[in-house]
Amino acid sequence: MIQQSAALPGTAYLARRRARVIRERLIELVLLLAALVSVFTTVGIVYILVKESVVFFEQVPFTDFLTDRQWTPLFDDAHFGILVLLSGTLTSSAVALAVAIPLGTIIAIYLSEFAPFRLREAVKPVLEMLGGVPTIVYGYFALLFLTPLLQRLIPGLPGFNLLSAGLVMGIMIIPYVSSISEDAMRAVPMSLREGSYAVGATRFQTATRVVVPAAFSGIASAYILGISRAVGETMILAVAGGMQPNLTFNPLEPAATITAYIVQVALGDLPHGSIGYQTIFAAGLTLLLFTLACNLAGHFLRKRFREVY
Amino acid sequence: MSAPETIMDELLATKAEARDLSFYYGDFRALKGISMPVHERKVTALIGPSGCGKSTFLRCFNRMHDLYPGNRYEGEIVLQPDNTNLLAGSIDPIDVRMRIGMVFQKPNPFPKTVFENVAYGLRVRGERSRRKIEEKVEQALQDAALWDEVKERLRQPAYNLSGGQQQRLCIARALATDPELLLFDEPTSALDPIATASIEELMHDLKERVTILIVTHNMQQAARVSDFTAYMYLGELVEFGVTDELFIKPQKKQTEDYITGRFG
Amino acid sequence: MHRKHQDVVFMLVGIVALMVAVLTFLTLFVNMAVDGLPRLDWQFFTNFPSRRAAQAGILSAWVGSTLVMLVTAFFAVPLGVASGVYLEEYARKNWVTDLIEINITNLAGVPSIVYGLLALGLFVYQFGLGQSILSAGLTLALLILPVVIVATREAIRSIPQVIREGSYALGATRWQTVRYHILPYSSAGILTGIIIGMARAIGETAPIITIGALTFIAFLPPAPIKSEPPFLSFDWLMSPFTVMPIQMFNWTSRPEAAFQDNAAAAGFVLVFMTLAMNGLAIWLRYRLRRNIKW
Repeated sequence: MIQQSAALPGTAYLARRRARVIRERLIELVLLLAALVSVFTTVGIVYILVKESVVFFEQVPFTDFLTDRQWTPLFDDAHFGILVLLSGTLTSSAVALAVAIPLGTIIAIYLSEFAPFRLREAVKPVLEMLGGVPTIVYGYFALLFLTPLLQRLIPGLPGFNLLSAGLVMGIMIIPYVSSISEDAMRAVPMSLREGSYAVGATRFQTATRVVVPAAFSGIASAYILGISRAVGETMILAVAGGMQPNLTFNPLEPAATITAYIVQVALGDLPHGSIGYQTIFAAGLTLLLFTLACNLAGHFLRKRFREVY
Repeated sequence: MSAPETIMDELLATKAEARDLSFYYGDFRALKGISMPVHERKVTALIGPSGCGKSTFLRCFNRMHDLYPGNRYEGEIVLQPDNTNLLAGSIDPIDVRMRIGMVFQKPNPFPKTVFENVAYGLRVRGERSRRKIEEKVEQALQDAALWDEVKERLRQPAYNLSGGQQQRLCIARALATDPELLLFDEPTSALDPIATASIEELMHDLKERVTILIVTHNMQQAARVSDFTAYMYLGELVEFGVTDELFIKPQKKQTEDYITGRFG
Repeated sequence: MHRKHQDVVFMLVGIVALMVAVLTFLTLFVNMAVDGLPRLDWQFFTNFPSRRAAQAGILSAWVGSTLVMLVTAFFAVPLGVASGVYLEEYARKNWVTDLIEINITNLAGVPSIVYGLLALGLFVYQFGLGQSILSAGLTLALLILPVVIVATREAIRSIPQVIREGSYALGATRWQTVRYHILPYSSAGILTGIIIGMARAIGETAPIITIGALTFIAFLPPAPIKSEPPFLSFDWLMSPFTVMPIQMFNWTSRPEAAFQDNAAAAGFVLVFMTLAMNGLAIWLRYRLRRNIKW
């Protein structure tokens, strides 16, 4: 029987209700704390990098850091020119992007504008898996498969070189570039394409003259994120590029990147608190600032792109 | 605008009453000073053209608007017999929803078994006794005229039921918790005519036990099922009265225009 | 005439580009298999690393990886799911929410070695957790947190609003709605995200090296189960350790060809595991799309 409940508040009812409200608030607090962990992580990263870097810069003048042409922090006559490591990072990234950007864009255009549905559905998971291979495996591949191959093509190529590492890194980054670019292109409304086809343009013309420009900020953000990924990559460079700091922009030479240097130091035994220990944090701070700038730029570009449509 | 006084009022108990109720979506005033009784164990229908605010009004009764930010109530909805203002800040919406049930426009059974759907309201209230839950589930399904069709299928997914059955399941789900007032938000607009007829028949049986407030865009349905009808337009209550009287001899021209199809 | 050829030419170019990517991947995989598979026998999995290549195995590495993954999941899953639930069901539109969301997006783009530096400075030294499995697990948990959070949010977002309203209309509290509806219905999507996150964590090398995982370990961490009271031990958490990618790194760096074969074998195991996990996640996602009838 359906009864009419007279819900007149009695004390037991009020107590239960208060308990319920408290319980709900507590649960919300716990969940909020969990969500704040991401904020704490950022705070932690900034704190530790800045803290150790401050100690570092008390001993090493900032101008030296930026302009010295040698990086020999562990020698008696120590030099701390970050340019040396930066040159390795920039050179290897340039090689990687020379591979990833063209190929990634072409693949994105092909998948978005040309490929039949079935092919796209089959290829996308494969590309995803390409991005899921551990980077140490890519490093192995670069050192022990690609380098010997390249050495036959380019006589005199050293066993450690930035070219081999850069090429493999480029292949690794292709999925990042292509999937974000493709998403950007697919978000362009069909009506724009139809307008182009209606005047007799080919698929290629429509893709390159209408879709790509319309999706441009999304594609640009894909490139920027690719740059960020290349700069931050560690293992491929550590294994195949060699860990010898070398101020060069020639990819046929071995060189250490910022990331490879940190690995090298970590592999050794550096006493906590020594200048050598602090160098990795200063290097890390440089890296973080650069990738942060890239990520912010990419983020704004993507936001701006979304607002347009 | 207040309800006309008739002799009937003295024989009717009021289950709930809106008193000068206004509602704001942000700055937009969606409901403008509505005062209206909802009589106990009767079916009251809310009709009006799209956008007139009838669903908005309905959702004030169980504080559904509280789920979304930026909404504001003014005025009161008073629930009897305890004379509580449901819209008061001191009242927890959860307590309101424990006394007032709702059936939605599109049947929205949970992706659970038939049994679990009906039992959910009881579990949420802390009911643990397995026997009690089973009793209440069966009772609710009987009251919703669904028991015979599902008694062999209690542990099967609710999604396997037809549209009309799913809606009756949602009614059973709402009934299982012994609500004092049952809100129906266009309950048959997504159903075929046969399912619609069965739900209307169900409402006729249910009203002997529970007060019903129903929003419908179908005037014929309002004429068929309800005892009282309220006609709303652009957030205002234009006319309220006994269904037969309102449909045969409306007091306002606006009402007459809508009912005769001259507009809307 | 020239124009009509454009499309055909570009299609060829596109397919070639795809082939470059796909073939590279296949070459890598086949190369790993050819050099590594012969080395894969029972002893490979049960031997410790050794100076003699033929007798070296990955026992300490895969045990270390397993233990680190346990710790990673232990922290990443509750934190990630709780964050996702909070952001989708509880958070209001205010600056705190914005701050959290910006941080999550940022952290997703931070290079993994920076997480290693965070761990080294903060976990290893400042908190005194040492160069241990606990530090490694915590670091990787933070690393994959954005992956889990994003997957949780997307899974929760796909639940239609009417289901939530149906629950609230019956008088349920927010937590009851989350517990009885939101979490069960989004669990498959969340699981997919967890698998993808773990697949990533297994292959991470840089942060673990930075913490100081040793590259040559010929012992196992202490067992969690002891034969005397209190029967459960947590010593293994603080133990030095190594993981699969580091073992591979160590062997790759040795010039002897025999060690390179070992590296290929370890690499094959790694690739196989990550591919299997990613494949599982993709399959789950596909099954999800077919089953959910919202």
